[in-house]
Amino acid sequence: MDMNRRQFFKVCAVGLGGSSMAALGMAPPDAFADQVRHFKLASTRETRNTCPYCSVGCGLIMYSQGDGGKNVTQEIIHIEGDADHPVNRGTLCPKGAGLLDFVHSPNRLHYPQIREPGSNEWKRLEWDDALERIAKLVKADRDANFIERNEQGQTVNRWLTTGFLAASASSNESGYLTHKVVRSLGILGFDNQARV
Amino acid sequence: MTNHWVDIKNADLVLIIGGNAAEAHPCGFKWVTEAKAHNKARLIVVDPRFTRSASVADYYAPIRTGTDIAFLGGLINYLISEDKIQHEYVSNYTDAAFIVDDAYGFEDGLFNGYDADKRAYTQKATWSYAKGEDGFTRVDPTLQDPRCVFQLMKRHYSRYTAELVSSICGTPQEALLKVWAEIAETSAPGKAMTIMYALGWTQHTVGSQMIRTGAMVQLLLGNIGMPGGGMNALRGHSNIQGLTDLGLLSNLLPGYMTLAGDAEQDYAAYIAKRTSLPMRPGQLSYWQNYEKFHVSLMKAWYGKNATAENNWGYDWLPKLDIPGYDVLKVFDLMYQGKVNGYFCQGFNPIGSFPNKAKVGAALAKLKFLVVMDPLATDTSEFWRNVGDYNEVDTASIQTTVIRLPTTCFAEEDGSLVNSGRWLQWHWKAAEPPGQARTDIAIMAGLFHRLRELYTKEGGAYPAPILNLEWNYLRPDEPGPDELAREFSGKALADVSDPASGALLAKAGEQLAGFAQLRADGSTACGCWIFSGAWTQQGNQMARRDNADPYNMGQTNGWAWSWPANRRILYNRASADLSGQPWDPLKKRLVWWNGKVWTGTDVPDIKPDSPPEAGMNPFIMNPEGVARFFAVDKMAEGPFPEHYEPFETPIGRNPLHPDQPQATSNPAARVFKNDMEVFGTADEFPYAATTYRLTEHFHFWTKHCRLAAITQPEQFVEIGEVLGKELGIKAGDRVKVSSNRGFIKAVAVVTKRLKPLTVDGKTVHQVGIPIHWGFSGVAKNGYITNTLTPFVGDGNTQTPEFKSFLVNVEKV
Repeated sequence: MDMNRRQFFKVCAVGLGGSSMAALGMAPPDAFADQVRHFKLASTRETRNTCPYCSVGCGLIMYSQGDGGKNVTQEIIHIEGDADHPVNRGTLCPKGAGLLDFVHSPNRLHYPQIREPGSNEWKRLEWDDALERIAKLVKADRDANFIERNEQGQTVNRWLTTGFLAASASSNESGYLTHKVVRSLGILGFDNQARV
Repeated sequence: MTNHWVDIKNADLVLIIGGNAAEAHPCGFKWVTEAKAHNKARLIVVDPRFTRSASVADYYAPIRTGTDIAFLGGLINYLISEDKIQHEYVSNYTDAAFIVDDAYGFEDGLFNGYDADKRAYTQKATWSYAKGEDGFTRVDPTLQDPRCVFQLMKRHYSRYTAELVSSICGTPQEALLKVWAEIAETSAPGKAMTIMYALGWTQHTVGSQMIRTGAMVQLLLGNIGMPGGGMNALRGHSNIQGLTDLGLLSNLLPGYMTLAGDAEQDYAAYIAKRTSLPMRPGQLSYWQNYEKFHVSLMKAWYGKNATAENNWGYDWLPKLDIPGYDVLKVFDLMYQGKVNGYFCQGFNPIGSFPNKAKVGAALAKLKFLVVMDPLATDTSEFWRNVGDYNEVDTASIQTTVIRLPTTCFAEEDGSLVNSGRWLQWHWKAAEPPGQARTDIAIMAGLFHRLRELYTKEGGAYPAPILNLEWNYLRPDEPGPDELAREFSGKALADVSDPASGALLAKAGEQLAGFAQLRADGSTACGCWIFSGAWTQQGNQMARRDNADPYNMGQTNGWAWSWPANRRILYNRASADLSGQPWDPLKKRLVWWNGKVWTGTDVPDIKPDSPPEAGMNPFIMNPEGVARFFAVDKMAEGPFPEHYEPFETPIGRNPLHPDQPQATSNPAARVFKNDMEVFGTADEFPYAATTYRLTEHFHFWTKHCRLAAITQPEQFVEIGEVLGKELGIKAGDRVKVSSNRGFIKAVAVVTKRLKPLTVDGKTVHQVGIPIHWGFSGVAKNGYITNTLTPFVGDGNTQTPEFKSFLVNVEKV
C-alpha cells in the first residue's frame, strides 16, 4: 500500500475516530447502503457562545439545523465545548454538557401571562397588553410615592416603593440598558445576584 | 479574580478555602490539575467537608464553618513570628510602614468608637493614618514604630495562637501547623500561592473580612500581582461579575462609582470627595480621574441634555438616605408592607434569599410582581399551593403577577464577563420559543411606554425619564452592538492629547480606552472600566486569537479583559523595586526595559514612570500601596477579627468569652423580627452549611431533564458518627429544622463530614445542597433557604447561608 505522510495521518485519524465511537457504544451494524444515515453535525451551522452557568465562561459550539436562510428557523440540536477556547479547551462539566436540555426545557416560557389577585391560574396576555399594564402600574406607584425632597428639604429624587432585581446571566448589554432605565426612574431597591 | 483561570497553572501552591472549585467550577479547576502536573504545584484544601476538591489535594484540613478568620489570623501570627514574609514586598508595596492615628484602639473584641445601641462604629474617622507636616501620611520604613501598621497588626494577631485557633476552628493543631508551614514557603520572592474562594467566604456575617484576611496573607507572602498568585473569587454565575462591574447594585454606578447620599447636595463636593489625592509623594492615585469617568457616564445616559450648567444631570440621579437598599433591606420593607411593586429579571428570590417564610410573606404583600425569565421559576408561582413545599393560601394573595418569557443565552448576541474579568462575546444560534423576547427588548418596550405616558400625562419628576438619551436604530430593541459601543465609549468632539496636542479621536469615533475620557463633556462612556472593549478597530470582546507566545497563559488576543485588556491586576508588584520580575524565568509578567514598562501582560502602572521614581503598584489606592489597615473602609474595623456566626454551636467567642457584644459581628445589621428567630445550640445543636452540586446549577437545572436524571432528588449530608448517634442510615428520610422552618429529604451518610472538637465540645456539621424547589422536571423538594437566617455580612449584606444551626431527626 502506497501512502505518503499526509495520507497516513488521515487514515490514522479516521481509524482513531471510528474506534473511539465504537468504544462509546456507537458501533454501527453491518452497513447496508440503504441504512446509512448522514452524520447530522455535518450539515449543521456552528455558532460560538459561552456557557451561561458558572463564571468559568467556557466556550461552546452550538450546532443548529437549517440552512441559515431568511425564511428558515434554525433549531439547535447539539452543544459541545469549544476546543479553541483557552480555558475549557473543548471540555464541559455535567451541567454544561446538558445545556441542550436548558434550551429545550419543557418549562421554557412561551407567552406573556398574568396571574390576577387571588387567582389560581395563569392567563395568556399579548405583549402590548402586558407592557402597557406594567407601565401603568409602574407609573401609578411612582407618581404616588416618588420623593423629590426629604424632610430637611434636600433634593433626593428617589422612588422606594418599587424595586428591581437584575439577572445573573443576562449580557452586559442587557445589564447596561437595565441600569440606565432603572436609575432614570429613581429606583434604589436595585440589586443583582452578586448581592447573595 | 485578580488573576484568571488559565493563570492558575503558574501557581506553586494552590489554596482552596471557602470554595469547592472541583465541583462548582469543574472546567476552571482543571488549571489546578495543570499546575500540579506541570508546575509541581501542591494543592491544599481547607473546608468543613471533604469535598471532591479535597479528594485530589495533597493535604486536606477540616474546619468548622464560619471560622476562617481565626484560621487565617493564626496564619498571619505564624508568618510574622516565624519571619516568613516577603520583606521587600511588605516594606515597599504595602502600608506596613504607615503610622496610625493615636485614637485608633482595640480592646476585648471591640474597636474604638462602638455604639451598641446602633450596632455600629460611630468614630470611624479615627481609623486613619497619622499625617505629617508635609501633608502626607507619616511612615517608619524600619517598621519598628509601635504605632505603625506592621506592629499593630503583629500585636492584633499575636492572640491567635495555634492552640486557640484549633479550639475555635476544630482543626487539629498538627493540621494547622502543617498547612501554615507549607503556605509560608511561598514567602520566597518568586514563589506564588493562589487563593481560590467562592461563596464559602462571601456568605457569612463576616464574609468581607474573611476575604480581607486572605488578602492580608497574600500581601505578607508577596503573592498579589504575581502570575500564579492573587485573590481569586470564583463568581457563582456567568455574569454577576459583569453586572457588578456595570454597577447594578443599590448604591453603585457603573465602574464602581458610587451614588451620592442625601447630604451630598453639592455636585463639586460629590466629585471632590471621590477624587482621592495621593497620600504619599509620587503616587498615581487613579481615582483622581473620577470626574472624567462620571461626566462621561452622564453623557452616555443623558447625551446633549447633560451639560456643565445642570452639573451633567446630577439631580436626576437618586440620592441615598441609608448606605443602601440591598435585597435584605428591601424584602424587610416588603414584609412590612412598604413596597408595592417588584421586578425579578432572571432571578428567583424565593429560592435564593434566606428564610423562605419571610420572603414568601413579603411577596404576598406586593401589589404587583413582574417576572422576566426564560423558565417558569418558583418565584413566579409563589402564590401556588404545593402542599408542604409551598403551603400558602392562594385566594388570599392579592398580588398581580405578570410573567414575561425571555430568550436564553443561545438566542441572543452579547457579552458576559467571566471570573477572570474577560468580556467574551457570544452569538445567537436560534430563535427563542414562542413569543419570548430579549431582556433588552422588554426594558426598551417598558421604558418607551413610560416615556410616552410621562410625555402625555406628566407625572412625578419626569425630567430623568424625558431627558434619557435613546438614540438607537430601533428604539424598541437597541442592538447589543450599539449598547456595547455605548458602554465602551466614544468621542463627542475631537479629543486631543493635552500634552502634545495630537488628535487622539475624532468626533464620533470610538475611544481606545479610559485614558481618553474627559470631564468637559467631550466624551461619552457608559462604564469606564469597560472602555476599550469596542474600539475604532471593532469589537475586541469577539477576538479569538488563542496564541500564547510567552507560554505564560495570558492569551492577550483572546476576548478582552478589563481594565485595558490587562490580565493580572496589580502586576507591577510581580517585579522588584528595580523593575525586574521576582522570578525572571517562570514569573515573567512585566518589567522596566530602561525606557518603558513592558511585558507579557499590559503593565499595571504608568508606562513611562521609571522604577526609581517610586510609583507604587497599587495605583487605585491613594496610598499607592496595599492596605493591611483598612482605614474606615470596613464596618467592623480596620483589622479582621474572628466573630462567631449569628447562630453559633458554642454560644460564645473563645477569643472574648466574657464579652457578649463580641460574640458575633458587632457591626452586622439585624432586623428586629429576625433577631427573634435566631436559634440556639440547645435546641438546634448542629452547624449547618449549604452547598452546590456538580450536576446542578442553582435553581435552573431542575428544569433540565439530563440534570434532573443525574441528581433527581433532594438530600442532606451527615457524617457517619452523627448518623450512628441518631440512628440514621443512608437512604432514610430525615427532617432538618432550624428556628425558621424545616425541610425533609433523603439522608446521605458519608465519611466526608467528621465531628470536630470546638471549645471543648463536639460539633457535628450538616451539609445541605440548595437545588430543589416546587417547580421543574426534577422531583419536587423543599426550598433549602427555608432554614437559613435573614442576616447579612456587615459590609455587603450578603446573607449568612453558610453557617446556621439545625436539628436533624429521622422521620
